[in-house]
Amino acid sequence: MVLLEVKDLQVRVEEREILHGLTLTVNEGEIHAIMGPNGSGKSTLSHVIAGKPGYEVTGGQILFKGDDLLEMKPEERAAKGVFLAFQYPVEIPGVTTMNFLRTALNAQRKARGETELMVPDFLKKVREVSKSLNIPQDMLKRGVNVGFSGGEKKRNEVLQMALFEPSLCILDEMDSGLDIDALRIAADGVNALHSPKRAMVVITHYQRLLNYIVPDIVHVMSKGRVVKSGGKELALELEASGYAQFEDAA
Amino acid sequence: MPAVQETVDRVKRIDVDQYRYGFETLIESDKAPKGLSEDTVKFISAKKNEPAWMLQWRLEAYRRWLTMTEPTWARVDYPKIDFQDLYYYSAPKPKKTINSLDEIDPEILKTYEKLGIPLREVAMLEGVEPKPGEQDPNRRKIAVDAVFDSVSVATTFQAELKKAGVIFMPISEAIREHPELVQKYLGSVVPTSDNFYATLNSAVFSDGSFVYVPPGVRCPMELSTYFRINERNTGQFERTLIIADKGSYVSYLEGCTAPQRDENQLHAAVVELVTHDDAEIKYSTVQNWYPGNSEGKGGIYNFVTKRGDCRGNNSKISWTQVETGSAITWKYPSCILRGDNSRGEFYSIAISNGHQQVDSGTKMIHLGKNTSSRIISKGIAAGKSQNTYRGLVTAHRKATGARNFTACDSLLIGDKCGAHTVPYIEAKNSSATFEHEATTSKISEDVLFYCIQRGLSQEEAVGLVVNGFVKDVLQQLPMEFAVEAQKLISISLEGSVG
Repeated sequence: MVLLEVKDLQVRVEEREILHGLTLTVNEGEIHAIMGPNGSGKSTLSHVIAGKPGYEVTGGQILFKGDDLLEMKPEERAAKGVFLAFQYPVEIPGVTTMNFLRTALNAQRKARGETELMVPDFLKKVREVSKSLNIPQDMLKRGVNVGFSGGEKKRNEVLQMALFEPSLCILDEMDSGLDIDALRIAADGVNALHSPKRAMVVITHYQRLLNYIVPDIVHVMSKGRVVKSGGKELALELEASGYAQFEDAA
Repeated sequence: MPAVQETVDRVKRIDVDQYRYGFETLIESDKAPKGLSEDTVKFISAKKNEPAWMLQWRLEAYRRWLTMTEPTWARVDYPKIDFQDLYYYSAPKPKKTINSLDEIDPEILKTYEKLGIPLREVAMLEGVEPKPGEQDPNRRKIAVDAVFDSVSVATTFQAELKKAGVIFMPISEAIREHPELVQKYLGSVVPTSDNFYATLNSAVFSDGSFVYVPPGVRCPMELSTYFRINERNTGQFERTLIIADKGSYVSYLEGCTAPQRDENQLHAAVVELVTHDDAEIKYSTVQNWYPGNSEGKGGIYNFVTKRGDCRGNNSKISWTQVETGSAITWKYPSCILRGDNSRGEFYSIAISNGHQQVDSGTKMIHLGKNTSSRIISKGIAAGKSQNTYRGLVTAHRKATGARNFTACDSLLIGDKCGAHTVPYIEAKNSSATFEHEATTSKISEDVLFYCIQRGLSQEEAVGLVVNGFVKDVLQQLPMEFAVEAQKLISISLEGSVG
């Protein structure tokens, strides 16, 4: 089943066109990797799917589960199952991670017309999920990402992904700022969440991450377009020969 | 910038419609003639059946006031006030003498009901069974004194407090019934000559609350006063005096609202606190006077003098304030740390929006040995408002071992508001340890987007971030009021939620 369809997407930021007609189809259960050099438009794509303000869509469309995603507010997209794991998760002082998780989860449930989770049920759920991801309880009592190491911040993103149970997870440069051990722990978390109904879009510079999260399909982006798609071996090919060849293609 | 822009737009739309307490109660009132003169002062004193010494005290203050000029050092801007164009006394016209709540004008009771203030003791008195998991029902009791324009209309739980020996009554009654206490303490913390507005208050104050907690008594419930300005063109000048005798403890809360009107109204209160040896007063304020409309028209001028005197050794005074209302706020709840080992605290959340102007802070005056103080101030500015923290920390020559910690944080929402921090620090004693920290930040678009991506609406996101910002201070409020204050903060900043 088709989950996400990006068709001929054109996006501008302050009069400058960043995406010049990007097309991408993601089916349920698939893992896609989007690779490309700096400035190729990878992060712009993830931001536009999630609905970050500041981007002007001048052409094309995005369908999510058949609905026009661009017509929805960003919080509606979240409730419908779009999850963006941030490259740089923000810190929110004074708001405990636990409180944040509960507020967000209940906001999503409410938007879907479900009842809010009562505190005991919520706590039970968080404990289960954090245990399976090896996240210590005291991390949940601290302010959201305040004083967290790079690895902890990424694990917090994975925790939210597990808790909110989205159908589309976009991981934006998940490997940035992580050492190899932290990367492995975060990637294990992501792999544990992969399911036949849930698709992942992994955005990365380097092939390294794809040793841990193995993609079904690899796309190469350059200058605002997908210039080549292929199997996981494409990532290795890129690692060997670099992006230069594709810049000419674009 | 669109995310922030949207917040700014929402915040801009907050005006009259968002002020939930802006209604007016139509009742007949008994007013003093407009304007201020010795006759006005005599009129008020006569209305209250005051003894001669009280009238004399007022007249001295009035004569002193005539020689004074308005202070101009605060970072606030407003047209000159015509003090002859105000009413200095307004009381709801009683139908007959009031003996119980049932005889209070039902319109006034309705007003307080609309404000969510429980003047009726019914539910609690009837011994309603506590719900499973709820604490001892006694802990939930709150005695209320309600001041409507110039008079106190109802004080609840007086009998039960009396059993504990606590005196809690309108100050006008205390002047008649406990003159020895009032004469001893009134003006002993804020003298009649203190400042322009305090002196004016001393001349024309009409009502307020009086609390005396005898030695060794821990006040069995929260005490609270709700102030309501209803009448047009009326100044409200309440006077509160709280005395905690040796080894006693009391927690007191005041709340304030007013109808929305096009003209500005003056509120110039004086609050005096005294703690003797080993005593503690915790004083909390949730101030939500009408702030004016979106063009900056109308609203309350809140010019208030609040001061506590830690007179005894090991005594403590703690001020907590949540300030969301008023067109202009000018107040500096202070502590004089006179007793050795005494402690002063000031926790403040000041929120300004629209055209509001806030100049608020505290003074910690260290006189005794080993005194300590703590200041946590959170200023939030939105719209076109100006929000200033102004604070003074001083250590006297003999105040060995004085310690202070100050943290002033400001949060800006949008780009048309301002936050200012003006700390004064004077240490005349080399053993003093004073620490000062200050930060100013803006709610960033990235933080908002992060929350929204997780399913929160724009308003919920702003509310969450702001409540996180003020958390240290909210924790200082009594439980019930913390919840109320949290809601108030969301309302004052977010506009209509949902």
